[in-house]
Amino acid sequence: MTAVQDAPVRSRSMGLSTWLYRRPRARLAALLAAPVLWLALAYFGALFLLLMTSFYTVDDFTSLPVRAFSLDNYQTIFSNPAYVKVILRTVAIAASVTVIAALLGAPMAFFIAKVVPRRWRGLMVALVVTPLWASYLVKVYAWKTMMQPETGVVAWLLNPFGLSGPGYGVVAVTITLTYLWLPFMILPVYAGLERLPDSMLDASADLGARTGRTLRSVVLPLVYPSIVAGSIFTFSLSLGDYITVQIVGSKTQMLGSVVYGSYTTDLPFAAAMATVPIAIMVAYLAIVRRTGALDSL
Amino acid sequence: MTLSRPAKWAFGLMAMVCLAFIYVPLVVVVINSFNASQVFSWPPQGFTTEWWHAALTNPGARSAALSSVLIAGAATLFALVMGSLVAFALGRYSFFGRQTVSLLIILPLALPGIVTALALRTAFKPWLGTSWEWFGVAVGPTVIAAHATFCIVVIYNNVIARLRRMGTSPEEASMDLGAGVFTTFRLVTFPLIRPALVAGAVLAFGLSFDEIVVTLFTAPADVTTLPIWIFQSLFRPNQGPVVNVVAALLVLISVIPVYLSQKLSGDPGHAGGRM
Amino acid sequence: MQRNRLLRTVTMLGAATLLVAACGNDSGSDGTSTSGASVPDVPMATELGAGEGKINILAWPGYAEDGVAYKKVDWVTPFEEKTGCKASVQIANTSDEMFEKMGTGQFDVVSASGDSSLRMIYAGKVAPVNTDLLTNYADIAEFQKEQAWNSVDGQMYGIPHGWGANLLQWRTDKVKPAPDSWGAVFDPNSPYAGKIGAYDSPTYIADAALYLMSTQPDLGIENPYALNQEQFDASIELLKQQKKILGGYWSNYADNQQNFENGTWVLGTSWQIITNLAQGNGAPVKAILPTEGSTGWADTWMVDSESPNPNCAYEWMNWITNADIQAQVAEWFGEAPANVAACAETSDAGHCDVFHAEDQAYFEKIWFWTTPQSNCLGGSGSDCLPYADWVQGWNSVKNS
Repeated sequence: MTAVQDAPVRSRSMGLSTWLYRRPRARLAALLAAPVLWLALAYFGALFLLLMTSFYTVDDFTSLPVRAFSLDNYQTIFSNPAYVKVILRTVAIAASVTVIAALLGAPMAFFIAKVVPRRWRGLMVALVVTPLWASYLVKVYAWKTMMQPETGVVAWLLNPFGLSGPGYGVVAVTITLTYLWLPFMILPVYAGLERLPDSMLDASADLGARTGRTLRSVVLPLVYPSIVAGSIFTFSLSLGDYITVQIVGSKTQMLGSVVYGSYTTDLPFAAAMATVPIAIMVAYLAIVRRTGALDSL
Repeated sequence: MTLSRPAKWAFGLMAMVCLAFIYVPLVVVVINSFNASQVFSWPPQGFTTEWWHAALTNPGARSAALSSVLIAGAATLFALVMGSLVAFALGRYSFFGRQTVSLLIILPLALPGIVTALALRTAFKPWLGTSWEWFGVAVGPTVIAAHATFCIVVIYNNVIARLRRMGTSPEEASMDLGAGVFTTFRLVTFPLIRPALVAGAVLAFGLSFDEIVVTLFTAPADVTTLPIWIFQSLFRPNQGPVVNVVAALLVLISVIPVYLSQKLSGDPGHAGGRM
Repeated sequence: MQRNRLLRTVTMLGAATLLVAACGNDSGSDGTSTSGASVPDVPMATELGAGEGKINILAWPGYAEDGVAYKKVDWVTPFEEKTGCKASVQIANTSDEMFEKMGTGQFDVVSASGDSSLRMIYAGKVAPVNTDLLTNYADIAEFQKEQAWNSVDGQMYGIPHGWGANLLQWRTDKVKPAPDSWGAVFDPNSPYAGKIGAYDSPTYIADAALYLMSTQPDLGIENPYALNQEQFDASIELLKQQKKILGGYWSNYADNQQNFENGTWVLGTSWQIITNLAQGNGAPVKAILPTEGSTGWADTWMVDSESPNPNCAYEWMNWITNADIQAQVAEWFGEAPANVAACAETSDAGHCDVFHAEDQAYFEKIWFWTTPQSNCLGGSGSDCLPYADWVQGWNSVKNS
């Protein structure tokens, strides 16, 4: 990494190029200045503004933010059991989505990376990636028609067995979110498995391990960071969703729906509510960072 | 890898279940676009191509698609520059705060969409009234800025992975042979990272093209991207069938970018870039 | 070590936020306080210039139809042709959405209902309008002018558009006998549990209060928008009970329409336009004004205080209040037109009678959407819950 910096300096005059060449710090500053400035102003500035707003209150009548420092919004969130319930429900849904996506996605990724003959691999990857390009709304809408009570596809499939299907609600939300974010789980796991040399698996087999043992003791620990990397997306994307829950959730409320439902009437409260998923995600990132998952993104 | 036969069958079965889960709803969308009934119910009651005709001649959908392409293009270009700059800084130098920058940079993608959306709306509010006209459709600087912010991460991830894999020896060799900083970049580094740039750009473009949560919060009044158009049409009476057609079309043309990214990266097993 | 640095960054960011927020204390309020306070000084247009060539319209569904959803329903295109103002229409689903989107210049005009219009005036989001520049102002029904929701101290802040009542809608093939009371959507033992829809807005608390006015007179509710703590709690309790029998909430009209068309819902609150559209698609639905009366809306076209296209905004207000256009909108949406001259132009000659367009007594019976304030509306005291509490109350109903 530092090899470039330490390379011997040549005495050919090439203006700016030489100047830059001799000053790695200047090169670094030139590289970092624009993007860091941009992110700091446009993104972190905005986040910071949102955080600040969460300490304001609103005018009783006009609903405009009043710049007077208070912890009222946070107190409301944590003292009202309804909001605590929403937070817990949302985390539970996001966790379920992540687990289901891992259970469905990891075997799929393994199948593509290690079972399918090499010439089919490209096609299989394409099959997994293609739905990622079909619009988010289209996919949610598809599940709206799938789950429609009585006249939907799922109900139609289940009716012959005397079942009626779950209709709209928490189950529909979980299934739809899993559907939406599944490729985000399969892709990192596939990439991780692809990096895993076959020879390692063969060695395990040569040493007498059966398939199950190899999967458990060799494959799983090695792709674990990739699964965690995938979980960042499945978890975060589910945590902040409000459109899916609006379309297939019936009465179900999630964190996102509370934020969406109150930003028009009580921006400071919505901002306070929005810091909850930020806190959850930052904690989550801090924890998973030790697994090296961030390098497997 | 040598797997036992039952294990192979088990994995095959699970993969088939997974694929069915992925494709059944999409097939339903395509079939439904030929459904004669205005009101959705399964199984379809009759066959019609009326909606396809209506959708293909719908001026709203066409200009929304153009608007999406322009916004995604602008956001991708911007992100390409910014994302590569950060990737080089973090991939080629070690400095105080490097770890923090690398974490902060993925936040726009790792934080839930509604958070980014609300934060950007609050910050961009003074500019929400500004829109530009490009090729006859309205595009918004606020949407482009918002999209670019999370597109940077995608480019960064692809480029830095490539830089790590590539090592520094090609560049060192170039410099040893007397090439300057710019010449080395032009003749050595750039050709080497080009596949990563392409893969990242395709992904960033797709991400922006499809984005709805942040877009709804940051789009000026007269800017209608394709997802906004779909969203509004879903919530307007009797637009359901036309939305079905646009949905079916999007499913069908989504093959193109996938094919492109595999072709351009030169690796058939390539996953089409890293998120 | 990496974790420590992350934690430190987060802590520092948090501390800085607290500091800045705390320092912001004495910089005062960027809002205005309750209705006792003065209205911000926003300049009024004095004369009309040439159109700016474009206009952004924020409207209730059905108010600014451009022929996209229905080819024959189009009064936006002729407006564009006549004035040269290219119109971009966005549909809002709730008053709160309108309130949030106004005041930035993102939109030029809005069709605000009573529960957001006064707030917009006091928040400085809309400009006073010069009625001398409004060609159809003289034809507007007198009982709509200079009302509490569209004017302050005799200064109009918009031009009235139309009004109507929220209705009880049901599927005639599924719900028997036909309901005639709001009790149908509040009955805890309803045979239609799980197939009932309710409107998703804090304003819906007033619908519960209205029902309690007739079923629990001892609560002493005189105005469903002026509730003290006890009356408010009773309304919230009723809504929490109701949530158990609901199939869902709707804030989007097409959502409600679809749910009734495919039978997901069979009973619920609705607007006349939804009933009309569902009937147009062959769904056996009907809607009535129940015996308890109803909440309703009286809408006003208002101009954004930062409007980049004020001339086109006035052009639009003049266009939409023309008698023939008013007739089209009123019949399409199913409401009473504000411009009574429209009554002679409707294709159904009896339209204005059905919707009591010229009937002031009927008009006064509807509880029009209004923003609740701590100074009780109707002057019954100052212990009423303001809108901010209604918002929290509604959140706790939906999350119960």
